Amino acid sequence: MIISVASGKGGTGKTTVATNLALSLDNVQFIDCDVEEPNAHIFLKPEIEKKLTVNIPIPKVDESKCNYCGKCADICAFNAIAVLGEKVLVFSELCHGCGGCSLLCPENAIAEAGNKIGIVEIGKADNILFVDGKLDIGEPMSPPLIREAKKYINTDKTVIIDVPPGTSCPVIEAVKGSDFCILVTEPTPFGLYDLELAVELIKKLEIPFGVVINQSDIGDEKVEQYCLNLNIPILMEIPFDKDIAFEYSRGIPIVVKKLEKKQNFKNLYHQIKELVK
Amino acid sequence: MKICITSQGSDLNSEVDSRFGRCAYFIIIDAETMDFESIENPNIHATGGVGIRSAQFVSNKAVNTVITGNCGPNAFHTLKSANIDVITGAKGKVKNIVEQYKSGSLKTDPGPSVSPKFGL
Repeated sequence: MIISVASGKGGTGKTTVATNLALSLDNVQFIDCDVEEPNAHIFLKPEIEKKLTVNIPIPKVDESKCNYCGKCADICAFNAIAVLGEKVLVFSELCHGCGGCSLLCPENAIAEAGNKIGIVEIGKADNILFVDGKLDIGEPMSPPLIREAKKYINTDKTVIIDVPPGTSCPVIEAVKGSDFCILVTEPTPFGLYDLELAVELIKKLEIPFGVVINQSDIGDEKVEQYCLNLNIPILMEIPFDKDIAFEYSRGIPIVVKKLEKKQNFKNLYHQIKELVK
Repeated sequence: MKICITSQGSDLNSEVDSRFGRCAYFIIIDAETMDFESIENPNIHATGGVGIRSAQFVSNKAVNTVITGNCGPNAFHTLKSANIDVITGAKGKVKNIVEQYKSGSLKTDPGPSVSPKFGL
């Protein structure tokens, strides 16, 4: 089973829920797809065994073959190629690496050169298989790196995916293919607003989902009310706890400090299993 | 001498549009005869690379000079590669800009006037 942990709003506790869930179960693989700011490794402390370079294909035009027909510029949805008279310009930072231009070129004048965007790291944290993606600084496009990290999914395991915040392309790339999505939120107007966006997104992807409310005893009741109104299961509530916050700031997960809390995360998993049936 | 002026409207009494990539209209005008063509910008709602797409569009119209308010680095690079001069900082009515151009009071830019995504 693949469980993704997402949220609309950033900083609600995705990584907290994802890492503690991973530490509370057996036979787990953890994939940190929050490639712009991967931080699950701080809590899981994996030993990295392999670091793999991830490239995206950028068009390289052989002007001796090119007849400047301009098809490549026409097909490019991101305007990464311009054909000006007898000159071709490639704007590699705009290229999404789809390969459409080289596929369509009638003269076979476009080859693809690799452009490094980041790395995928593979390792182990005790019994947890660990994978994360790290996007290079300044790289604007994370989906190809997320796609690469997800190639290492091992479906013999319970796979837990830490998703980037928001509701745009990187989130969709990370969440799609999941059997269940946990949406972590907080009981504040910001939390609710972004939760509503995330719910819309997950419904479009047709993935079963439920909500975890972090710092559930501070803030207001509107998130709870929203979930009740829409029949969205509230899977778990994590009350505010200064001890948890303190340990978190030192990179220590809840269930490492308070072993008894593992049961809460095991319950979370069992509820998900029931909902996915 | 064909020039392109970015415009908020379709005739010579319109105001210059300060954006290049996402301007409302391109007015392509022959500075000698004042014959002109105004074309609604097909790229206004594109999500990215709009400066490049608009520069490509203008270069297909075989103009020598683009006169606009601002021009970002990708559009500037594309226009220069097509041997098109760029003049930024234009303000006021399109027909007055043509006069200023003819009198030689407008100066060609050596580089982009704004950063990427400025005109969003």
